[in-house]
Amino acid sequence: MPEAALAQQSSEAPLVKPLLKVDGLQGWYAESHVLHGVDFEVGEGEVVTLLGRNGAGKTTTLKAIMGILAKRSGSVMFDGHETIKLPARAIARLGIALCPEERAIFSSLSVEENLMLPPQVRPGGLTVEQVFELFPNIKARLSSQGTKLSGGEQQMLAIGRILRTGAKLLLLDEPTEGLAPVIVQQIGHTIARLKQEGFTIVLVEQNFHFAASVADRHYVVEQGRVIDTIPNDELDANIDKLHRYLGV
Amino acid sequence: MFELLGIPPQALFGQLLLGLINGSFYAILSLGLAIIFGLLNIINFTHGAQYMMGAFVAWMLLNYLGIPYWGALIVVPIIVGATGIVLERLLISRLYHLDHLYGLLLTFGLALIITGIFRNQYGISGLPYAIPKQLAGGQNLGFMFLPNYRGWVVVVSLVVCLATWFAIEKTRLGGYLRAATENPTMVGAFGINVPRLITLTYGFGVALAAFAGVLAAPIYSVNPNMGADVIIVVFAVVVIGGMGSILGSILTGFGLGLVEGLTRVFYPEGSAVVIFVIMAIVLLVKPAGLFGREA
Repeated sequence: MPEAALAQQSSEAPLVKPLLKVDGLQGWYAESHVLHGVDFEVGEGEVVTLLGRNGAGKTTTLKAIMGILAKRSGSVMFDGHETIKLPARAIARLGIALCPEERAIFSSLSVEENLMLPPQVRPGGLTVEQVFELFPNIKARLSSQGTKLSGGEQQMLAIGRILRTGAKLLLLDEPTEGLAPVIVQQIGHTIARLKQEGFTIVLVEQNFHFAASVADRHYVVEQGRVIDTIPNDELDANIDKLHRYLGV
Repeated sequence: MFELLGIPPQALFGQLLLGLINGSFYAILSLGLAIIFGLLNIINFTHGAQYMMGAFVAWMLLNYLGIPYWGALIVVPIIVGATGIVLERLLISRLYHLDHLYGLLLTFGLALIITGIFRNQYGISGLPYAIPKQLAGGQNLGFMFLPNYRGWVVVVSLVVCLATWFAIEKTRLGGYLRAATENPTMVGAFGINVPRLITLTYGFGVALAAFAGVLAAPIYSVNPNMGADVIIVVFAVVVIGGMGSILGSILTGFGLGLVEGLTRVFYPEGSAVVIFVIMAIVLLVKPAGLFGREA
């Protein structure tokens, strides 16, 4: 199937109403132009991944959606609101939450304070007890300094704290990076569980097998654009092409 | 009466008390500087002028409106803190994307302007501010005479410092402040209004300085230069304690006040420089300060 036709077909794939629609998103770090028109959409309750090589613009796309990129243009529609002109705090209040690649656990805050830091922006988030149920390790370490946790525990804390807030759309930036296989598995289960709970998730992943295990659809990002769309159930048929994209 | 190393105890304890009083002011002032620096990354050179404003506004409230010391203690920090908020919104907030140096230049310039205005209006001879009558007199403790007002200053300073520490370390709002000091972008991405937090923090730091000014009014004469005199030492205290460390500035403030007092007993000639000597040593041995985090 020619790529163009595939992209055509896939862009109609989300039958549910799009919760997030990114259209011609451009983004800059200082003077360097990183995003050159990113287009993709995510239906309510879907999990999609952004795949691509290092430096393709995946993390930058998440930052641009969250509103923490200094300069951006284009359109990001979320839940019926145009957010491109809003500051990050207003975007957060609409119900988008970011778990950044560097995890951003605060060293001057205890684990409990880190967990409770993000204010509730909407009703319907997980309760603290539910977060503990997902990540029992956190509960045992509540009074520790945030950055004293292991890498895996910090990742769980970084995810756990945004589940409380009532955000509907979670932007997860490489949640499995540098973690042991058993923890990667646990995070995989968590994402599947969150999907069941109705969360919508945009996942940036280098770990392709992990991405394949949790996502509905994959967007391939290259040089600041989405160049291809692959539904997860057509993944096997497109595996060679994807390997070429990712350079593996 | 016993003697200690040939020093009469009255002299020793008298100087220690004086050191503790000075330490109280060092602690409150460096605490405000540390909070402001931590979140705003601005070295607030206006701090001394804001301390002086605290004393002057207390004097004005008393002489123009008849509001006594106890009222001033509450009202003055609010008034001067509000001027700080206006300053932050109108001027300082425009500099956050620039180098530290610009904030330093702006606040230094503001300090000169504010001091100049008060000098022009009130001269430099100093205005008297009476000790409130409830705190007049003193206690004979046997080994020394403790003026009530000075005891009050030490106690109330400790209480204010510890309350501030508690608010920053143990409350939700304090958690926002600590988190925003570390990573303001991420705190904003959680939906917290960081610019407002910054404005309130500056206002609070300024209010602390003004509070210290009210405390100082009955001890030192109310004088346009009182801020400039103390602020140099306070900067040394902040450097020794470690920029941005809350508990560090409190402990260092009181500690260095005492060291200064002791020096005045045992080697009076050194009392004016001892803090700066300590600063030089600390900078050599532990550049981040005694309580500062290594970068």
